[in-house]
Amino acid sequence: MIRTDICIIGAGPVGLFAVFEAGLLKMRCHLVDVLPQIGGQLTEIYPKKPIYDIPGYPEIKAHELIDNLAKQIEPFKPTFSLGERVTHVIRNEDGGFEVKTSDNTSITCKVIVIAGGLGCFEPRKPEIADLDRFEGKGVLYFVKNPDQFKDKRLVVTGGGDSALDWTIHLASIAKHLTLVHRNETFRGAPDSAEKVFALAEAGKIDLLLNTNLQAVSGNGHLKAISLVDKKNETKTIEADFLIPLFGLSPKLGPISEWGLKLDKNAIEVNTFDYSTNVEGIYAIGDINTYPGKLKLILSGFHEAALMAQSAFKFVYPNQKLSFKYTTVNGVNAF
Amino acid sequence: MVKFHVKEASGALREIEVPTDMNLNLMEVLKASEYEIEAACGGMALCATCHIEVLEGIGKLNPRTDAELDMLDTLPVVLSNSRLACQIKVTEDLNDVVLRLNNS
Repeated sequence: MIRTDICIIGAGPVGLFAVFEAGLLKMRCHLVDVLPQIGGQLTEIYPKKPIYDIPGYPEIKAHELIDNLAKQIEPFKPTFSLGERVTHVIRNEDGGFEVKTSDNTSITCKVIVIAGGLGCFEPRKPEIADLDRFEGKGVLYFVKNPDQFKDKRLVVTGGGDSALDWTIHLASIAKHLTLVHRNETFRGAPDSAEKVFALAEAGKIDLLLNTNLQAVSGNGHLKAISLVDKKNETKTIEADFLIPLFGLSPKLGPISEWGLKLDKNAIEVNTFDYSTNVEGIYAIGDINTYPGKLKLILSGFHEAALMAQSAFKFVYPNQKLSFKYTTVNGVNAF
Repeated sequence: MVKFHVKEASGALREIEVPTDMNLNLMEVLKASEYEIEAACGGMALCATCHIEVLEGIGKLNPRTDAELDMLDTLPVVLSNSRLACQIKVTEDLNDVVLRLNNS
């Protein structure tokens, strides 16, 4: 059980900066993010892209901005649950909240700040009948525990970096590995592709190019996978596990079930303090909406500052807040 | 101005007319037309959330770049007429094109 003042859902740039603004007011933060690393879409989608509209930085690469934010919030000792999705938000008797994650982490907090950006990044799933019946029963979209594939027959599909990297890594663990890719060439890193071709030539893996998934079958647990190639020839191979790796796609996810007022896929907030219709829950950054909303990182930073001023009353109900500049007061670490 | 058509889920064709001199891409036009397009990366060909199928007139459009092909490759289902809307420039070439959103 984790105890904190503010639970921030989403560790993108705006969620990270919220730690700073909260920290200046002596509020501690715990962040939860479905991705295994901080930075949200900046590190997941475009780490090497330059951003030109961060005040004070004529140009900064996305991952550098995240590195800087991580450094900036260090004095306030934030804690993290990464690779976990928030599943439940429960109101406690004392007015605070209990936040529960997909890994059964429980976070007790006084305030929730949703800085969820585009929502949760979820794996893209191939459109195959019955695939969902085998999810968790042989069909996996993430590799969390490579050792579970020991002595198992494994099929990996996809042609990007993650398909190549996991094929190389798991080739030596699994009893048998087949990589299925729809094209003739890979678009992942060239040296990874070379390694995969070398593994295939050495007979360490089966490489099926110009081939697509067609069907999955089994009896409770996955047993076989049917494939079809470009000449429309089909074949079925036996497999214990199928790992489709087609990248991630953002979905609003469980956020839509917490009683918050939504407008399309965004959370409606009051621009006075970026509070939602549920007392004690705020929404900042790309996930919120209000008249005139601009989805800019700098807007999210501003929203984080106003949120913190307002959230103070839930964390320190008996104290009066006096605003101080960092130039006067400095940054007082925890 | 240029006119193209979107084939909606109901099968109906919706005509969309847009100016060609505003440096727009097709993703922006579809979003502004209230279609549900995530466009997570904002048009950098980095997320494949603006996947469309061009039903008529694909040959007239600017060809797919390596960056677009790379991203399309990450999708579970890619068809020969698959495009990322953000990589299609709104020019006269769009005239009479028919397309459909693919939200998979």
